[in-house]
Amino acid sequence: MSFPLLTATAVLPAVGAIATAAVPAARRTAAKWLALAVSLGTLALAVTILVRFDPGGARYQLTESHSWIAAFGVRYELGVDGIAVALIGLTALLVPFVMLAGWHDADQLETGSRRWRPTQGFFALILALEAMVIISFEATDVFLFYIFFEAMLIPLYFLIGGFGDRAHEHGEKAASTQRSYAAVKFLLYNLAGGLIMLAAVIGLYVVAGSFSLTEIAQARANGSLHMATDVERWLFLGFFFAFAVKAPLWPLHTWLPNAMQESTAPVAVLITAVVDKVGTFAMLRFCLQLFPEASKWATPVILVLALISIIYGALLAVGQRDIKRLIAYASISHFGFIIMGIFAMTSQGQSGATLYMVNHGLSTAVLMLIAGFLISRRGSRLIADYGGVQKVAPVLAGTFLIGSLATLSLPGLAPFVSEFLVLVGTFTRYPAIGIAATFGIVLAALYSLVLYQRTMTGPVKKEVSAMPDLRVRELVVVAPLVVLLIFLGVYPKPVADIVNPAVKQTLSDVHKTDPKPEVEAAK
Amino acid sequence: MENLIALLIAAPLLGAAVLLVGGRRLDAVGHWIGTLLAAVSFGIGLVLFADLLGRSADQRTLTQHLFSWIPVAGFQADVTFRLDQLSMTFVLLITGVGSLIHLYSVGYMEHDERRRRFFGYLNLFLAAMLLLVLADNYLLLYFGWEGVGLASYLLIGFWQHKPGAATAAKKAFLVNRVGDMGLAIAIMLMFATFGTFAFGPVFSHAGDTSEGRLTAIALMLLLAACGKSAQVPLQSWLGDAMEGPTPVSALIHAATMVTAGVYLIVRSAAVFNGAPSAQLVVTVVGAVTLLFGAIVGCAKDDIKKALAGSTMSQIGYMVLAAGLGPIGYVFAIMHLVTHGFFKAGLFLGAGSVMHGMNDEVDMRKYGGLRKYMPVTFITFGLGYLAIIGFPGLSGFFSKDKIIEAAFAKGGTEGWILGGAALLGAAITAFYMTRVMLLTFFGEERWRNRPTASPAEPDVEPAAEDRGTRAEPHPHESPRVMTIPMIVLAVGSVLGGAFFSIGDRFLHWLEPVTGHSEGNSPLSALTVTAATMVCLAIGVAIAWAQYGRKPVPVVAPRGSLLTRAARRDLLQDDFNHVVLVRGGEHLTRSLVYLDHTLIDGVVNGTAASVGGLSGRMRRLQNGFARSYAVSMFGGAALLVAATLLMRAV
Repeated sequence: MSFPLLTATAVLPAVGAIATAAVPAARRTAAKWLALAVSLGTLALAVTILVRFDPGGARYQLTESHSWIAAFGVRYELGVDGIAVALIGLTALLVPFVMLAGWHDADQLETGSRRWRPTQGFFALILALEAMVIISFEATDVFLFYIFFEAMLIPLYFLIGGFGDRAHEHGEKAASTQRSYAAVKFLLYNLAGGLIMLAAVIGLYVVAGSFSLTEIAQARANGSLHMATDVERWLFLGFFFAFAVKAPLWPLHTWLPNAMQESTAPVAVLITAVVDKVGTFAMLRFCLQLFPEASKWATPVILVLALISIIYGALLAVGQRDIKRLIAYASISHFGFIIMGIFAMTSQGQSGATLYMVNHGLSTAVLMLIAGFLISRRGSRLIADYGGVQKVAPVLAGTFLIGSLATLSLPGLAPFVSEFLVLVGTFTRYPAIGIAATFGIVLAALYSLVLYQRTMTGPVKKEVSAMPDLRVRELVVVAPLVVLLIFLGVYPKPVADIVNPAVKQTLSDVHKTDPKPEVEAAK
Repeated sequence: MENLIALLIAAPLLGAAVLLVGGRRLDAVGHWIGTLLAAVSFGIGLVLFADLLGRSADQRTLTQHLFSWIPVAGFQADVTFRLDQLSMTFVLLITGVGSLIHLYSVGYMEHDERRRRFFGYLNLFLAAMLLLVLADNYLLLYFGWEGVGLASYLLIGFWQHKPGAATAAKKAFLVNRVGDMGLAIAIMLMFATFGTFAFGPVFSHAGDTSEGRLTAIALMLLLAACGKSAQVPLQSWLGDAMEGPTPVSALIHAATMVTAGVYLIVRSAAVFNGAPSAQLVVTVVGAVTLLFGAIVGCAKDDIKKALAGSTMSQIGYMVLAAGLGPIGYVFAIMHLVTHGFFKAGLFLGAGSVMHGMNDEVDMRKYGGLRKYMPVTFITFGLGYLAIIGFPGLSGFFSKDKIIEAAFAKGGTEGWILGGAALLGAAITAFYMTRVMLLTFFGEERWRNRPTASPAEPDVEPAAEDRGTRAEPHPHESPRVMTIPMIVLAVGSVLGGAFFSIGDRFLHWLEPVTGHSEGNSPLSALTVTAATMVCLAIGVAIAWAQYGRKPVPVVAPRGSLLTRAARRDLLQDDFNHVVLVRGGEHLTRSLVYLDHTLIDGVVNGTAASVGGLSGRMRRLQNGFARSYAVSMFGGAALLVAATLLMRAV
């Protein structure tokens, strides 16, 4: 038996989480370093996956399969396609940066008590979350996926509620109330989605007699498994609802602004850059493969909802007073693009959507983490409390501008590639929707540049006049991400090459081919 | 030889990277690094130019493929460059004028503590602009297109601590984004129509699709051109962009970037030629803008804003010419090049005046400066003669050709367009004479008064208030600034004649753009004569108003038109009321609705599920934690079970 690489990639952070949690209270710096080392180890494993993965090879690679709960046919089945590889890479890459950025986030909770260990808890929860996210990207057994799709709510709930942002205009008590509200709202929303999905998972088992994604997809493809139209549609809706909550898609989005606003910036990055991607990833992997006909049936409605997300999220971002809330609404707009790309069902749309997941992770991480550095200096999240920061902290302002430019999809930075692919991929099949979505790029420029203008330019406000520029630790977080944004904007080929074959497979699952160019079609 | 093309871009790009990342260590030499790399790029341009000249006319297209940029099934975007006569012309203009302005900036920005960064941005601009004109497909062009937008944003807002500069920068980017949206849609349309957006296949297959498609693509390209080239209705950003340092106004907002729209239209000739109705719209946009800009230019007292109105107007001429199709393409580009010389020269002259006048920009507080700044006076004066089209100078040749071509369009359209162009020539002569008289002639209105702007609330502070305000002591600028002005003045004088004699420019560009003679109802001589009459009338009126009579230091109230023109013909007021205010109301109500309606429904559902809302809170808290604990326990059990199973 070969080395179970996929299992190892998920188990390492899980074990690391337990080990970190077990570090004695007095050794909290050691706990931080341990957690960081584990996350770097996980990154090394993820890179190994990337290297071992052969884009031209079988659809699912590095597969592992073991019987688990035989009575229900639940198996421990793992396997990755190009899309999963890209997202595992993103997750493993971001976690070390998130840890470094949040290096001191739990310090303020330390009471000096020997039993209470917030630092250990914070870092252990991040590792636990990483483990669960990674295994959800790997699982090819529907039930296995479901378990971790739900289980990841637990560490995240505690990360939001227990380690949230203390900066609040109405003081510590208001912050605490807001925090628990946000955490509970996040949990209830996602549990509701999860419960509906659970019903659909069970329903799927009843219909298909298996939880194995590969088996069901194969049986559907060769016709040996027939689903009644109604049944397929209901099951699809059950799955899609859960994913649309997580993604989040309008009008199921209202948990995200609260959750991101009340978390510290690193946790907010985990939410939007990593955890939410499980939702869009699962649409590609489960909705389209398991329920191709229902997916096509639902496409018009989903595309309209995605379009609303794009425009609505951007407009709401324009109207925000809170930096983190603004970024949250911007993310909602970007998730609209991702979902639109997936359901446009063209090569450009889906490759674009997958690249978008990766690129959005990077760009939001840059923007959000720097926003976090900024907020920690001034102790306020309100845009109006800033002004003239570029004068006192030019590196912070400069990198923040790069993050903003990435958010508005400037060519040369990674998000442009994916956004344009999604737009083109949508346009060839649904021109009206493609054109309408293009308005999103104007609005993105508006909210990004207004945020930059109000916080960074103009006369220096008294409260920010003594603000230090980025520290070495912060620069170590930001610089590599910025370099990556530029690199993938100019040379996205390495990621595109991994993703393309998987997209081709997915499109053939739903029996869709790209529309022919008009000139060719006429011939 | 084609391997050199990438170096054209690489040199300034390297400069930008080094200067922006290099940090304070480079403060002492940064400006020379930037200038040197601009000059290197110009040198490579000259080498390539010599190479092209050595080839026969149909062998003058070089391409260089670097790498595959975005490879996705069915979608191929490559980093490939195309150097032909059209892009070569631009390369020389961009790097040539660019190098001169780099040199000028060494002196102009001498006292600015962020000079290194300024040169980094200038180099970034050069790289992006070269990418724009060298790209071999529309997506790569889009890369350069937004790249110059970024550079423009950074440079307009260079003095970020001034709210006016920051706002102007953002406005420029946003208005341009509206145009960029047009370019994005045009590219998507091309992809849906041709399956590609590379120049070669698009141009050769343009005939295979319907006129409707081509019209749609052409109109979207025009929208993009309107944004970048400040044409009506997307012109409002250019005046505000004068908040940037004056060398920026000269390079980006006069000589090069703002003319990118004209490049786009001429480059897409194959598309526009197949879409006559779109071409008509192009000519209308050009004609309207040339009058609009000219009228605005007449009313501005800020020397840079008067020149900005003029830029808008002159680009209007180019767009008009480009809309005329093969009759006008060559002349559009010829005027673009000569305009690049004289307008850059005029802006540098204006900068030199400001440099000697404590950064005062109000021409009503100038006067009689010719004695104090002889070099500036002469170079500015030559630029002035060139732009109004004084016989023998650059503008005479290039503008005259456009007016002729407009008449040659034929029919009523020809008369209207030609008439508009003639009228524009008269107004140009008026406002430029006004600038000239107010600045260099008449009383020395700056004496015995500090030149601080009057405390009018709606007047922005002077564009560049770095020095303290005392009575100015006008003086000539240092040599590092005057040399570029002299070189550009020489270009303004000789360029037109050099291009026109023996139709050199026409023969050079014709293989790319095509050319045809229209049927002009008027002879060339008649057109020239009419232009001269218009010119004389414009100059005479300006002389009557600003030369013979003393000029009041505080602007008189003025007629309704004057007041409207001072406010950019109320376009900004319209934008403010409709877009800004309207947008604010929209976003505010949406924020409210998101909270009350959508979140309200969700919370309401949650409340009704949980029974009484008062109990819900308690229930939620208890519920969540206990649920979480049981989930965690369950998950742990399952994991344990997995391990057990595997052990068995």
